[in-house]
Amino acid sequence: MLDASVLKQLTDIVGAENIATGTQDLICYGYDATQMEFLPDAVVHPDSAEQVSRVLKLANEVKLPVFPRGAGSGFTGGALPKGGGIVLVTTRMNRILRIDTDNLVAEVEPGVVTETFQMAVEKLGLFYPPDPASLKFSTLGGNVAECAGGPRAVKYGVTKDFVMGLEVVLPTGAIIRTGGETVKGVVGYDLTKLLCGSEGTLGVITKIIFKLLPYPDAKKTMLTVFDSIDGAARAVSTIIKNKIIPTTLEFMDHPTLTCVERRFNLGMPDSARAVLLIEVDGDRDLIEKQAGEIHKLIEPLGLVQFRVAKDAAESEELWKVRRLVSPSLRDVNPDKFNEDIVVPRSKVPDVIRRIEVIQKRYDIPIVNFGHAGDGNIHVNIMIDKSVPGQLEKAHEAIKEVFQAALDLGGTMSGEHGVGLAKQPYIPMELNAEQITAMKAIKSALDPNNILNPGKMLP
Amino acid sequence: MTKKQTDPLERVAQDMKKCVKCGACRANCPAFSTFQREPATARGKVALAQHLAKGDITLDDGTYAAMSKCLLCGSCVDKCPNQVPTDEIVIAAREALAQRRGLTTFHKAVGQVIRNRKLMNFGALAAAVLGPVFFRKVPSTSGLRLRFPMPFLGGSRHVPQIAKKPFMKRHPEVIKGEPGKPTIVFFVGCMTNFVYTEIGEATLALFRHLGCTVIIPQGQQCCGLPGMSGGDLNTVRELAEQNLAALEKYPADYVMTACATCGGALHKLYPLVIGKRNPELKERLQALADRTVDAAVLLQKLGLHPEETGAAEGMRITYHDPCHHRTAGIAKQPRTLLKETPGLELVEMEGADRCCGLGGTFNVYHYESSLDINAGKSAAIIDTGADAVVTGCPGCIMQLSDGLKQAGDKTRVLHTVELLARKIRS
Repeated sequence: MLDASVLKQLTDIVGAENIATGTQDLICYGYDATQMEFLPDAVVHPDSAEQVSRVLKLANEVKLPVFPRGAGSGFTGGALPKGGGIVLVTTRMNRILRIDTDNLVAEVEPGVVTETFQMAVEKLGLFYPPDPASLKFSTLGGNVAECAGGPRAVKYGVTKDFVMGLEVVLPTGAIIRTGGETVKGVVGYDLTKLLCGSEGTLGVITKIIFKLLPYPDAKKTMLTVFDSIDGAARAVSTIIKNKIIPTTLEFMDHPTLTCVERRFNLGMPDSARAVLLIEVDGDRDLIEKQAGEIHKLIEPLGLVQFRVAKDAAESEELWKVRRLVSPSLRDVNPDKFNEDIVVPRSKVPDVIRRIEVIQKRYDIPIVNFGHAGDGNIHVNIMIDKSVPGQLEKAHEAIKEVFQAALDLGGTMSGEHGVGLAKQPYIPMELNAEQITAMKAIKSALDPNNILNPGKMLP
Repeated sequence: MTKKQTDPLERVAQDMKKCVKCGACRANCPAFSTFQREPATARGKVALAQHLAKGDITLDDGTYAAMSKCLLCGSCVDKCPNQVPTDEIVIAAREALAQRRGLTTFHKAVGQVIRNRKLMNFGALAAAVLGPVFFRKVPSTSGLRLRFPMPFLGGSRHVPQIAKKPFMKRHPEVIKGEPGKPTIVFFVGCMTNFVYTEIGEATLALFRHLGCTVIIPQGQQCCGLPGMSGGDLNTVRELAEQNLAALEKYPADYVMTACATCGGALHKLYPLVIGKRNPELKERLQALADRTVDAAVLLQKLGLHPEETGAAEGMRITYHDPCHHRTAGIAKQPRTLLKETPGLELVEMEGADRCCGLGGTFNVYHYESSLDINAGKSAAIIDTGADAVVTGCPGCIMQLSDGLKQAGDKTRVLHTVELLARKIRS
């Protein structure tokens, strides 16, 4: 329960209609896609950096934790108010402030939904490529805070590659700007990059300046089916090795295909053991040539089907296979641990083999799909929590999957972040010196440990 | 009685578990689009229903308010990666609320009216006589706009004229067609019977044109959807039983309705909600659901040639998909028929399948929000420059008319069958 005077001060800052303390509201701002739940003491919906600053100053005075939250669609608990405090929701700050077609930059507030922004720039012939699966509902502020990725990262990179500058309210309430809107700029530390992926622990993002690209001329979608998982995995590294960078290179293994097929009956050949969904974009002539080269390169790798979409409708049809994955997985088992390891692209075949061994050892279904083109594999460990022993098995298996990624020179998370879910495993990837350095940054910026405490670092 | 029968939330316990709180519903929920707060989202309501089932939150005003912010449009179900039936969960939660808190005065009144055709007939008569006095249009700012005495139409709003004589009172129960042609039972629905009788006339004319025998069972009642939306499932069950009796009386090939909402009730919610709740009715409700078909779908199936029956004299139209059509996968059939209608040009609006904001009694409790949802719809319609917006649901017609009038626009609002039957009706 919040102290009455604190409640009154918060109310004065955001207005009575933008603060909630009813149980129902607290429940609804206590969850995210991790299925964990922690109730806050209050939920505030500020509308400006100035209001955010005042909330944080007050929180420092009364030593009350503040948890920034966008759409609450995270996979690792980054926005969850563990231990209680104030949830600070950024979705009222949802204006696209400007789209500058002379300089190919845009300035937005953090609550803008990713897809809304993409549609707005596309109307002007511009392109904002990052495409996390949640783009229809996740917010840009959340995308920056988690450094969201997506299928197009193979060619275009992830959210941080498009952030040029930020307006940030620091944990103590100071409002600062980082970076800017020039292509070059080296004055001072690069706080912009530091804040990208900082998971709301170092500041509340209140404005973002994004870099934009011209919208590509054309794209071509190919669905390629292989008779072995190894063939598909080698196709990924072969394409890259031959200096073709597709826009997307999505991978689905045999258990994934079985799930999709069981529910949606897509008519895959019986010999199908893995699928790559490949898309190239750019100049019309160039992508024709690239598609031809890709076909030639992967032909000897056990290719059993090669379908090219003739138009947008057919492309959508091919993408359907990939989109149906998530809803189909639950047929395997009711509970899913969705990990997002990354390895150097040439190591995709190795990591897939390692995961097969882990799956056999623990005898629990592991379904792999994801953005193989950038080495990012979604490893889904499917269990039934109600079966005794399965949860423990899953945790052990997850640990081994992470170790496999690390052994191959990779990382345990490409785009979901650490939050609460991956926190226990952090010492596997970061050593004591690294953690100390990071903690020094955190305590310098947030001496009272007010902003999103208890997240990310152990 | 076992717990299963008394606690409606038990019925959806497994369904609730399927929700992983991913947030996809934020992109599709019309209620969230206007309220902009989590308790209005599907996952928010599922979370609250889960806590209700656990018994760690009370059925206070906060819970009631959250559960009332749902139009039962099914948008969230369509787009949910795990196909969580939030509409069923909300209905169960509302039933639980009604059981434990009692129905609100408003929903009690809804129940009384929809259970009682005589009262409705009387209401309609009274309204028809008093209509010119009570229902004249007054500016929205005047505060003088009167509440409509029939709660399922409710709210202070531009209300449509009530028919002087209900549709069902104008026709005999059995209208014989040509031998060898299908026999169709016509489920009329309250809005068509009491307000938009022209929809009933046009529907009847079209099926008679095809030589069908049309039966209009006099025992049919309200489908019960207004009661469903308030959690009054006892009333819905009562109505479902009466409708079963009335509609089963004739061995017909089809049970046809020209109201998307009634169709949604008969086709989907009867077996899903009432069937699960009252297993003794399950089989009969499923059989009824299997026979139920939308007017436009059936007209197309039976081979209607709109060039013989319809006319539009160079009219530009746009089509609005009712939620209860969208969830039943009905979208192409009415469009195909309309495109074949002479003199008609169909232009698509942005977001044709987005909810109009009526949402049963949602519109009464959250009139401002309902209009806010509708504002986007009106703008999309006006944007097309169409002369008329056409749809397949009298409920949507009322809401679209209200929204367009409030926006000061003169675009006409018509039912598909009205255009399809224009030539034979003129």
